[in-house]
Amino acid sequence: MIKNSDFKICFSVMTVLTILVGLFQSWGIALSMLNLCLISAVMAMGVNIQWGFAGLINFGVMGFLAIGGLATILVSVPPVPEAWSAGGLGILISGLFLVAVVFSVLIINKKIPNHKYKNYFIFFIIILSIPLLKFIAGPSISKIESINAATSGFLGGANLPIIFSWFVGAILCALVAFVVGKVCLGLRSDYLAISTLLVSGIIITIVKHEEWLSRGVKNVIGLKRPVPYEVDLQNSEWFIKLVEFFNSSKLSNILDPDEKISLLNQLVITSSGVFVKLCFSLIFLVVVITILYFSEKALNSPWGRMMRAIRDNEEAAKAMGKNVVKQHLFIFMLGSAIIGFAGAMLVTYDGLFTPSSYQPLRYTFLIWVMVLLGGTGNNYGAILGGFVVWFIWIQSAPFALLVINIFTNHLDETNYIKEHLLNSVPYFRYLMMGLGLLLVMRYRPKGLLPEKIIKN
Amino acid sequence: MDFLNSIILLTNFIIVPGITYGSQLALGAIGVTLIYGVLRFANFAYGDLMAFGTMIVILVTWFLQSKGITFGLLPTALLALPVGILLTIAVSLFFDKTVFEYYRNKKSDPVTFIVVSLGIMFVLNAVVRIIIGPNDINFMDGHKFIMKAREFKQMTGLNEGLALKSTQVITLITTIITCSILFYFLNKTKTGKSMRAYSNNEDLALLSGIDPKKIVLLTWIIVSILATVAGTLYGLDKSFKPFTYFNNLLPIFAATIVGGIGNPLGAFYGGFLIAFSEIGLTYAYKKFFKYLMPEGLEPSTLIQFISTDYKFAISFAILIVVLIFRPNGIFKGKVI
Repeated sequence: MIKNSDFKICFSVMTVLTILVGLFQSWGIALSMLNLCLISAVMAMGVNIQWGFAGLINFGVMGFLAIGGLATILVSVPPVPEAWSAGGLGILISGLFLVAVVFSVLIINKKIPNHKYKNYFIFFIIILSIPLLKFIAGPSISKIESINAATSGFLGGANLPIIFSWFVGAILCALVAFVVGKVCLGLRSDYLAISTLLVSGIIITIVKHEEWLSRGVKNVIGLKRPVPYEVDLQNSEWFIKLVEFFNSSKLSNILDPDEKISLLNQLVITSSGVFVKLCFSLIFLVVVITILYFSEKALNSPWGRMMRAIRDNEEAAKAMGKNVVKQHLFIFMLGSAIIGFAGAMLVTYDGLFTPSSYQPLRYTFLIWVMVLLGGTGNNYGAILGGFVVWFIWIQSAPFALLVINIFTNHLDETNYIKEHLLNSVPYFRYLMMGLGLLLVMRYRPKGLLPEKIIKN
Repeated sequence: MDFLNSIILLTNFIIVPGITYGSQLALGAIGVTLIYGVLRFANFAYGDLMAFGTMIVILVTWFLQSKGITFGLLPTALLALPVGILLTIAVSLFFDKTVFEYYRNKKSDPVTFIVVSLGIMFVLNAVVRIIIGPNDINFMDGHKFIMKAREFKQMTGLNEGLALKSTQVITLITTIITCSILFYFLNKTKTGKSMRAYSNNEDLALLSGIDPKKIVLLTWIIVSILATVAGTLYGLDKSFKPFTYFNNLLPIFAATIVGGIGNPLGAFYGGFLIAFSEIGLTYAYKKFFKYLMPEGLEPSTLIQFISTDYKFAISFAILIVVLIFRPNGIFKGKVI
């Protein structure tokens, strides 16, 4: 793995970007950028598994990220006992009802031979189940939402460590991807793109409006963390010692004890933030490396070769006896699970879940830019894309500010155009993304690190 | 009397808004479907093209207003529309020349086209936000209401009012005019027929001496006109916000596919189907049944199929249902 040149490029770009930001801006910013880059890299690997390995175009990334985010709530938030006693039973019954509907549809689909009216019958069941579901769950939902509406108003979760939620998010996403895949995967590429985009829209609507489940637009804040809190660090003996040790030269220069203590306090506060981010980085790095390891293994295994064969020539693969439909469904579930994992990581890192922030531009298309820019079908490419694109995304506003200042230097501060341009600095990132994507598609259509086919 | 009241209630809350929204979706969907039929890809930049056209119209409207020019009872935006259309055509042709032409000559697969249209979507998104900002803009002026609910009540003596906004009437009239011209052009004129021929079979059309460059140029012009008109009508009726325009792309896609992608007439019907199901399924029919049912039998619940929060989700669900049962759309697609 180390001998791989792609790996070297990836790793050096990652290090250089982080160190540059650390030197020129601050280490706190550098580490938070690194963390989001690592999360983006996981998302990009998920999309890359679907698009790069199997040629499935999934524009529903946003939906799977939201499901992953939802999982953090369901797993880590303490349960609300009043809400459970008020409406828990109703919700459970309606959940069972939903499962029953799904299974009956699946069974009808499988057992009953193709009949002219079979599809209409299934359609009828689904349509009928919506008002019934509303009828069963409605009273419990309004009861749950009325309990402490300002602070809770939802069922809460299982009060487990948040790190479990990453796996739960992945499993939930795989389940949803199973249903979505059953419905959509038979479609042609462009239809698949549109329908997955719309499905992710439906998922976001559900997460946003089912307040008993996710608090909806009221957001959930103050989630648990897999790493220590800054405040706890600042009060712990060993951490202060550690800071003292690292800054001993700086501290020994100061003779006045009062000044020394105040400087130490300041150092402890700033380095506690950096330390927390560093812990996150380590965990995320482990995740990225694990997923990378396994997907490299998979890509170079007989299974990976079969996937590429299916991607490159579906008919030929079918003729060789490969079950294309089954493999497509499997890889769709696998990729979505990784995306869900990343979604849970993102919410854990942010410490809050805001359903209204999920927008296709940021959470679907940006991830796609990462994959396309980095290199389709190459895991290192996906990671590199995650890094480069997130770096540009974060840094294009300061960069645009710089450029605008240079060009409008001669203009007065109150000049209308200058003021307007300075106000619209955040939107230059979209411009950079669009131009970057167009240029890469034109001059390097396979991405910065193209797929490498190993020939034995 | 109760019967009349219930009819007025439905007209006010379902039929009039449905027709308006349906017209806007239909115009947008015809544009998407034309691009698909002739240029053979799903254009994800279409929503932002609509936003761009509307932005130009707003800027020109402001300019006209500052010069003291208005359109009397009608909104000034209608005067500004031609300028918006011209600039949108220019932008479309610019992107076609710089981006799409290369891939068309290379005969790239549809996915590549989708991806580059994503790139253009990002660029247009940025341009619109940099020039006009991300905020809500209301640029409707002129006479607001043709009939107010209160006036209607006084006039007829009914319990229910029927409000008619002038934007709703303008939307309907503009849609009728635009669509009749378009369908006349496609079905009766020689150029329109050659466009359909090209969409149906590229090679055969080439053999019959149809110039593909001319067809592509024509398509972009028609599409830009439709995008600007649809965007402006939507902005007049509701308000202009770049993000909503991006979001409207989704029901427009739904309408396009429901009507059979590549089929303009299907897209037209698809737009209305989506609009009416969105509004009809989220409307609470309690009051409606109150008028019709005998006393004592009035419904206690809202009689609403699904809550209004799920308005967008309905169009997506319809699309998925259509994709499962009739992947080619309700009306057969892929031929203009």
